[in-house]
Amino acid sequence: MATATLVVGAGNAFRRDDGAGLATARRLNGVLPSDVRVLVKEGDCASLLDDWDGADAVVVIDATSSGLKPGTIHRYDAHEGPLPSVFSRSSTHSFGVAEAVELGRALGRLPARVVVFGIEGRDFTPGEGLSPEVSAAVDEVVKRVTGEAMGRA
Amino acid sequence: MSKTRTIKVDYLARVEGEGALYVRVKGDRVEEVRLQIFEPPRFFEAFLRGRGFEEAPDITARICGICPVAYQMSAVHAVEDALGVRVEGALRELRRLLYCGEWIESHTLHVAMLHAPDFLGYEDAIRMAKDHPKDVQRALDLKKAGNEIVRVIGGREIHPVNVRVGGFYRVPTRAELAPLADTLERARTHALETVRWVATFDMPDFEQDYEFVALRHPSEYPFNEGRLVSNKGLDIAIRDYDEQFVEEHVAHSNALHSVLKGRGAYFVGPMARYNLNFDRLPAQVQQAARDANLSPVCRNPFQSIVIRAVEVLYAVDEALRIIAAYERPEHAAVCAAAAEGTGVGCTEAPRGILFHRYRVHADGTIGDAKIVPPTSQNQKAIENDLQRFVERHLQLSNEELTWKCEQAVRNYDPCISCATHFLKLQLDHE
Repeated sequence: MATATLVVGAGNAFRRDDGAGLATARRLNGVLPSDVRVLVKEGDCASLLDDWDGADAVVVIDATSSGLKPGTIHRYDAHEGPLPSVFSRSSTHSFGVAEAVELGRALGRLPARVVVFGIEGRDFTPGEGLSPEVSAAVDEVVKRVTGEAMGRA
Repeated sequence: MSKTRTIKVDYLARVEGEGALYVRVKGDRVEEVRLQIFEPPRFFEAFLRGRGFEEAPDITARICGICPVAYQMSAVHAVEDALGVRVEGALRELRRLLYCGEWIESHTLHVAMLHAPDFLGYEDAIRMAKDHPKDVQRALDLKKAGNEIVRVIGGREIHPVNVRVGGFYRVPTRAELAPLADTLERARTHALETVRWVATFDMPDFEQDYEFVALRHPSEYPFNEGRLVSNKGLDIAIRDYDEQFVEEHVAHSNALHSVLKGRGAYFVGPMARYNLNFDRLPAQVQQAARDANLSPVCRNPFQSIVIRAVEVLYAVDEALRIIAAYERPEHAAVCAAAAEGTGVGCTEAPRGILFHRYRVHADGTIGDAKIVPPTSQNQKAIENDLQRFVERHLQLSNEELTWKCEQAVRNYDPCISCATHFLKLQLDHE
């Protein structure tokens, strides 16, 4: 049975800073209230629609590459409008977080509250480990997501 | 005076990973075609050196978020070959079942979410979903059945953790598989409807003379083993792969291009499997293919979308057959002890043959590894297709031609970097 709130970290741990969302989710696992489910999502995100089925609030954390300063934290409320449109066409992954959110919207399968955090990465080359500024941003997002989740509890 | 036209797609959407496409046309001649691939060059091969043989399936599974099972399967077969281990009976069947799950999820994602929009004139699945919600929802339900198999057998949906050299860490009981059968019965209806749906799409007329390469097994439609055969006389054991296939480095791509020695480009994946193994499909799946206007020999790559849908139907039926006959084996794995040797494995990833070779030291550490993914094997065939396709369609506008080129690339469902995930994000500051 789905719990009320779902927190998802998406990405790829083997492309360095692309693992920022995953690292955030791993840090949040076990520290959030027990009714908050935490999911580490590697690979295809089309099944996010099933993952958040029945949840009324979802927080997604992913890495971004927009050219802004590494470690910059973006925050979007998916119900305030579509995620920036270039997400879809230029995404290097065919079915990422943005596609899942927009597909959910098109099919009427978007939870009542969807917040997407983006952590700006610096290094997406093959390998493991986060850049220092990205690691610091993960700490910050852990605090902010914890705050948002506690605020709802 | 001949006019020069260029077609450039900096980022190919709806292919896995990162890629760019460049076509230069002068007058009525295509002068240059380059599919640029930013594949992490051999990172994983280096990463495997010095690691224990037991780690090969889990490390290589990380190469691709879409087809981790394929990497695990080629890895375990290659390592088992090096150690002199054979996995038979129910454990072998469970491996086939796991592979069915991956084919269902990977093919369904590509057919409905990535390729169908090309045929129906939508920029992406999201726009298509607004007009065709039932078709998209059906695909999501079908894909979910595949995810469910991977979750139950593999331990979790993405990057399954239950596969090991010699078998599995834990094998399911019959009772645990029973709910899967119910899910798959419903999925079968979705799979058949999907075949019928894609069969209605307009197919560009584009028959080509390819050399198809796939595994061929004495009795099965191929997943995990067989001989490597082609429609032009190739018939070799997997062990002889390196004698017939060679990888060439090309300047415009980080990926290596694989060619058949002395023969050049070849074509792997669903089209190749289907053409070389139609007689291995069960009668009801053959009939579904015929009803979808597919003949047993099919050389139009645009029809690959229909063939993928047919393979999903096959995978659903095969999964149901395996579950119905399943008896839980006494042991979850056969013993696999460290031994010196070199082993090879080749299995049918959703996108085609995936070759692995490992040299294992006596202490069980990996001396070296070679991994040849399907996309690097298809790259030359993709470029050849683009050259011929563009030459025949020079009357189209640049916009239309670009669209068709992307569609032609997606015929191969290329998995371009097999992994990267981050969002290329541009921000508009007002």
